Amino acid sequence: MKSAHTSPRNIEGVVPAFGELPVFAVGQSVKVSDRAPVGHYRVPTYLRGKTAVVEAIMEPKAVNNEEEAFGRNAGAVRHYYRIAVPMTSIWGSYAGSPDDSLRIEVFETWLEGVSE
Amino acid sequence: MSEHEHGDHDHGRDHDHTPIVASEAPGYYDIMETAFQELMIEKGYFTAGEIRRQIEVLDSRNPALGAKVVARAWTDPDFKARLLENGRTGCEELGITFYDETQLIVLENTSKVHNLIVCTLCSCYPRPVLGLPPDWYKLKPYRARAVYEPRKVLEEFGTNIPHDVEIRVSDSTAIQRYLVLPMRPAGTDGLDEEHLAALVTRDAMIGVIQIQPPSQGEAA
Repeated sequence: MKSAHTSPRNIEGVVPAFGELPVFAVGQSVKVSDRAPVGHYRVPTYLRGKTAVVEAIMEPKAVNNEEEAFGRNAGAVRHYYRIAVPMTSIWGSYAGSPDDSLRIEVFETWLEGVSE
Repeated sequence: MSEHEHGDHDHGRDHDHTPIVASEAPGYYDIMETAFQELMIEKGYFTAGEIRRQIEVLDSRNPALGAKVVARAWTDPDFKARLLENGRTGCEELGITFYDETQLIVLENTSKVHNLIVCTLCSCYPRPVLGLPPDWYKLKPYRARAVYEPRKVLEEFGTNIPHDVEIRVSDSTAIQRYLVLPMRPAGTDGLDEEHLAALVTRDAMIGVIQIQPPSQGEAA
């Protein structure tokens, strides 16, 4: 697993395409979107709206399974991230250790930046 | 058909098992599966031979493969580093092929972190390296409870993780699969890779148990 992303060197005048570079960085706080579109989505409802920390940018990018599942834009790859969420922030009554956490991969389309 | 009728029919020949009979008509999903399969073959998407081959591929995978990977990681630090960096290519080094597009994250258990894997959405599992998942892994009680009361689930497997050890639950959603690299038990310094692999069980690679030190007989 890639634990850190090495940012490509910035060469003056080179413009990356939309979606070419990951939006979020390792260690950054992100929020899982709190949306409830009709249909089957891979972001578990128990995580929607929760705040997480990016643990790793998964490489290489992968086919956006969400779009593919609905026959839209099939084959398009997106960045996705392994994120860490404290159990106590998911479950108000969590009985284990405050250090216990959940790790999960989420595509960029379901993550939002939060001001720290 | 009763035992008695069966005996008569076969003129008293000895059998060491009860007769195997299809006692129930196929269910709704059995019929749907068969119809779907026939339709796909008829339309030329795949052949009956390809289905048979894929079943052979799946049947050839079992926890002994994962155990080999774990034993190698315990004995070869360079391999372990590569395995933790990229689980899939690490397994491929040992000849364990990945017949699909899945990737693999190997999660190392330490004295500070205990990993547990689950797929709350369905039953994603590192099949190329462990074979088919156990039934309980696919059922809702495990899938739901592993993410909200993992310590209680572990206790039911006889695993007590101290409060100062972090439980890390990984939930599969994308193309990443997980394999837990258990801690090497004490008292195994003298064991070679093959004997170490014999200690590694499926449940330890899911993360529901820890590997116990071998009994004296096994360690000899």
